Amino acid sequence: MTGFKTVISLAVPLLRINVDTDTIIPSREMKQISKKGLSDGLFAGWRYLNEKNRILDPDFVLNDSRYQGSQILLSGDNFGCGSSREHAVWALHEYGFRVIIAPSFGSIFYKNCIRNGILPIRLQKNQIDKLVDNTITIELKSQKIDKNIDFDIAPADKNMLLLGLDDIDINLSYSNKIEEFEKSDRKRRPWAYLT
Amino acid sequence: MVAKTLFEKLWDIHTVCNLADGVDLIYIDRIFLHERTGSISLVGLDEAGRKIPNPEKVFCTMDHIVDTYADRDDNTSMPDGRNFIETTRIKTQKAGIRLFDIGDNQQGIVHVISPEQGIILPGLTLVCPDSHTCTQGAFGALAWGIGSTETEQALATNVLRLEKPKSMLIRFEGTCSPGVTAKDIILHLIGKHTAFGGVGYVVEFSGEAIDELSMEGRMTLCNMSVEFGAFSGLIAVDQKTIDYVKGRQFAPKEELWEEALNSWKDLNSDHDATFDKEIVIDANVIKPTISWGTNPGQSISFYDPIPSPEDFQDSNLKSAAKKALSYMDLKAGDFLENLKIDAAFIGSCTNSRLSDLRRVSKILKHKKIAPHVRAICVPGSTEVKRKAEEEGIDKIFIDAGFEWRESGCSMCFFAGGESFGFEERVISSTNRNFEGRQGPKTRTHIASPETVAASAIAGHISIATKMDADQ
Ligand code: SF4
Repeated sequence: MTGFKTVISLAVPLLRINVDTDTIIPSREMKQISKKGLSDGLFAGWRYLNEKNRILDPDFVLNDSRYQGSQILLSGDNFGCGSSREHAVWALHEYGFRVIIAPSFGSIFYKNCIRNGILPIRLQKNQIDKLVDNTITIELKSQKIDKNIDFDIAPADKNMLLLGLDDIDINLSYSNKIEEFEKSDRKRRPWAYLT
Repeated sequence: MVAKTLFEKLWDIHTVCNLADGVDLIYIDRIFLHERTGSISLVGLDEAGRKIPNPEKVFCTMDHIVDTYADRDDNTSMPDGRNFIETTRIKTQKAGIRLFDIGDNQQGIVHVISPEQGIILPGLTLVCPDSHTCTQGAFGALAWGIGSTETEQALATNVLRLEKPKSMLIRFEGTCSPGVTAKDIILHLIGKHTAFGGVGYVVEFSGEAIDELSMEGRMTLCNMSVEFGAFSGLIAVDQKTIDYVKGRQFAPKEELWEEALNSWKDLNSDHDATFDKEIVIDANVIKPTISWGTNPGQSISFYDPIPSPEDFQDSNLKSAAKKALSYMDLKAGDFLENLKIDAAFIGSCTNSRLSDLRRVSKILKHKKIAPHVRAICVPGSTEVKRKAEEEGIDKIFIDAGFEWRESGCSMCFFAGGESFGFEERVISSTNRNFEGRQGPKTRTHIASPETVAASAIAGHISIATKMDADQ
């Protein structure tokens, strides 16, 4: 994963609440054992009038010509709720989204974003409404939207996104601590171990 | 000593160390996989050349993609499903992971078989790339759903880096009326406090109404914590928990059992512990509850009218209600009763355990489902199915007009294979009523298995009367 760069883009307003991961990528679109090739199925139930022939629904916001190539998505409360499928994030990323702004997120989805180079930003609804149809600049380093709106992100999440770090390598850097823990934990909770 | 909540105790037991900025390194005791999302983690690790150091703590099942028809094999009605099944088999074998394969008498839905086999135990941490992993919090364990990449992390390193969620207590005062089940309790909670009321929290359920629930009822309740938006759900350990776990295949035995009992004594919240948030609910007022809309927060008592968008102050909830009414083809002010259904489904990790099927069989006995209804029962595990058959429950379902299936997730979700029809109305004992969840444009009403059975007989949405259940 490469590090997160500043994003300047028009934002797509998908201002609904509870957009669940089944909607972001329907199960029927997850055909391969792969993290790739999913963008075609992104929002398939809403994006296509005819899913089989991939006939676009002109009324769905993603199909609006103004928003082609946009890297920022605006949405309502609880975006990415429901199923844990990481495919939702892989599909959004492959489609080109790098930032999702919503008042709140499904918790598994939020973590999945951080791991896959998408910046999830929590922002009040009234502030989100003001971003609609504007080209906005998102800078992660300074945690600012358009240089004037601040957003919060946990330092560890920020670091992961900025540096594009690998989770497993980070964890393995604590190998000594993990081994020590296991050693004393086996004494404390011998019943919890299966060997 | 400072008073701690159950959640804090579990967190502390598993904290390897505190890292910077409020992130903790948390030790993972068990990992469960299934062929749909687990396969991706196993392939991902393989491609990265990473090893799984402790395969003995990892388990895998075939539940999501596999068909539930009799005489099923590796071919699936879901397109390309065979690839998932075969890959899962090859990769688990290579890694030395115990797989509950098709035809194995321990096969079943992950959150049903994990407790059934004694894989989840009080006081453990368990993760699985599946959001309903929270089901297993019913055992006083910290169990939660994670993504596929996070699963790779847990498999390869036995730890996850996490920020500590906040804690919420949901206390039920009094007891539930007869005929009100665990499913009604959780739908009531989500209906009153929205599908995102629990975001950021581990929620602990407590109170007399919870003490009274069987372990299977507690699993139903915790199963839908994620539908409340919670990180996970929890219930303190009591004698029922211990009786349930004792003697199960992967549960500790003999001396280890005694040591385990000793460490489980403390798995409850200290009485003076403080939570970040508390909700109190009067259990007496809970009625049989059914979803009318397209998320579980859109649920109402059977006796209440379908709300109008105008009933919601919040503009988001208002527009969500409007969309849901249109998708579900409902009119505000109408009642769910008498709404004609096309299909009835009893299954899923929420409500397909033996006690669910037993209760339903009482309602179905000597009855027939309405002729226009297609009704399907999919037991939660092969063992549930076998035990139900020993008791003759399968006959009651079949005589009433239900299909009786092999175990799996089946039509709880639509993945391009089997589904309910276009704009069909389904009453379902599952946990998600999202748009398209059970088929393209399918309209799902989630409810207790009792309500599903009573509706299947009536041909329209209906609840079980005391008479039905007492027969
Ligand atoms: S039964 Fe349904 S909700 Fe449960 S694990 Fe399977 S697909 Fe998910």
